[in-house]
Amino acid sequence: MLRANNLAVQRGRRSVLAGIDIQLRAGQVLGVLGPNGAGKSTLLAALCDELPASAGTVSLDEQPLADWPGQERARRLAVLPQSSSLNFAFSVNEVVGMGRLPHASGRVRDGQIVAEALSAADALHLAGRSYLALSGGERQRVHLARVLAQLWPGAEGQTLLLDEPTSMLDPLHQHTVLQTVRDFAGRGVAVLVILHDLNLAARYCDHLLLLQDGRPRAYGTPDEVLTAQTLEAVYGLQVLIERHPERGHPLIIAR
Amino acid sequence: MTAMIRPRPLLTGLGLLLLLVFWLSLALGPVSLPLGDTLLAGLRLFGLPVDGGDIQQAELIVGQIRLPRTLLGITVGSVLALSGVAMQGLFRNPLADPGLVGVSGGAALGAALAIVGGSLFGGLPPAIEPYLLSVCAFAGGLVVTAMVYRFGRRNGQTDVATMLLAGVAMTAMAGAGVGLFTYLADDATLRTLTFWNLGSLNGASYPRLWPLLIVAVGVALWLPRRAAALNALLLGESEARHLGFNVERIKRELVLCTALGVGAAVAAAGLIGFIGLVVPHLMRLLVGPDHRVLLPASLLAGASLLLLADLVARLLLAPAELPIGIVTALIGAPFFLYLLVRGRS
Repeated sequence: MLRANNLAVQRGRRSVLAGIDIQLRAGQVLGVLGPNGAGKSTLLAALCDELPASAGTVSLDEQPLADWPGQERARRLAVLPQSSSLNFAFSVNEVVGMGRLPHASGRVRDGQIVAEALSAADALHLAGRSYLALSGGERQRVHLARVLAQLWPGAEGQTLLLDEPTSMLDPLHQHTVLQTVRDFAGRGVAVLVILHDLNLAARYCDHLLLLQDGRPRAYGTPDEVLTAQTLEAVYGLQVLIERHPERGHPLIIAR
Repeated sequence: MTAMIRPRPLLTGLGLLLLLVFWLSLALGPVSLPLGDTLLAGLRLFGLPVDGGDIQQAELIVGQIRLPRTLLGITVGSVLALSGVAMQGLFRNPLADPGLVGVSGGAALGAALAIVGGSLFGGLPPAIEPYLLSVCAFAGGLVVTAMVYRFGRRNGQTDVATMLLAGVAMTAMAGAGVGLFTYLADDATLRTLTFWNLGSLNGASYPRLWPLLIVAVGVALWLPRRAAALNALLLGESEARHLGFNVERIKRELVLCTALGVGAAVAAAGLIGFIGLVVPHLMRLLVGPDHRVLLPASLLAGASLLLLADLVARLLLAPAELPIGIVTALIGAPFFLYLLVRGRS
């Protein structure tokens, strides 16, 4: 379990993140919301030790994150960055196969896992293609498959951090990808996902953390966090909150 | 574009090519030997009791002149190509050259210091001059690379973009130093300096070969152990960290391998350009970017290409010799331009 206690990050003398107390629970999806520059990616970087914390701690299974040996950590914690700078002509299979580098499960098993993870990300048809020939959305799904393969098949004690995994996807794939993430959490993995789309967050997340200027503005279930008052205060956007006619989760409509 | 040739046939083909070029390199030269005699002489040198007609001359030429030269060519070519792979992986740029971290510039400065400095102090004893030259070149490469690496360090992390720019700046400064020594040099020294800067396998001998061979074997054994890390590094540094690799240590190892390998190669054979750039690039086009194949393929291809270039250098104006740096640049630069144009379309 990944836990942050009173986490804070400074850039120079500016505090960009403060007062973060969160726990990622097994089997649950935590959505992180907030306007541009609210500190969402900073939070994700601090949670995986990419950015040093100026105060507070991050622990994985009650051990400080920095104390974990790299390979052990990689088998428990996978991170999907917002964008990738990969500029070499690996095949899609090879890219997803890199998710298996922390493991020693053998070529045959790795091959199966790569296919299963690609299939979960609806990218199995891309398997033999060159990564460089893919569109932005296809690349995003391939990288999702890579981090899924890193934790495959997904079990309790594992954590997945995703930074805007749907930012380049068409509407159908926004839903299929988040449903895949949901299913993955169903196997016991704790998931944190940064999202911009409030309705996607309302539908697929168990809990939401709403950030404003690097501070937690609201933390709770979608019903608790997604209120007209809070959203107007944070985004400056006037909204109506309705109910999804079939599923009952909050539905946010700009006025 | 995905890989066009399967790894195994490619590596086998490259291995056979290297054997063939090796054989030709022993046989051809100002005095061309029959291929059969060369083979017999070669076998005799390895202690096999082969009997042939008149192979004493062949044995002498092969053993004393061509074998050390050929081994030097293989070693220099493979270590330059391997360093190219390491640097292109480190900088995540398929057009990176091993000289980017300043090692070639530093080695050139070290060599200039030895050549011109030696002559200013009234000439060095001929017995130690070639060794001093190699030691100074090797040390110059290491010192400048260490400085470039230092410039890239900040808060316990190495920023490769800063390192790249520092490498450009330090190479320019080393170039200014070489220029100064060139200005101070007299005519005879100037000639030595110029030829050294163009690179040559001429004058190869076993004492000059051994130090390089040891470094090259070390690099050739070490880098393949880091093939998976190099693959992960191409995803990005943080991605490689999330996959469990100690990225800072790997960057340090890659820079060290390059500094030692290129430093030793330049110390033994002078500046030989484009092998480190073109060979990894070409191999990547043939088998794809997977370092588990790319490293051995580049090793074999680098060795073959350098031997071929040396054959051209030896034979084109025989009995005179062209500096090999001219040949590799003449082959490499147009090829590089071709890659640039091709990449754009």
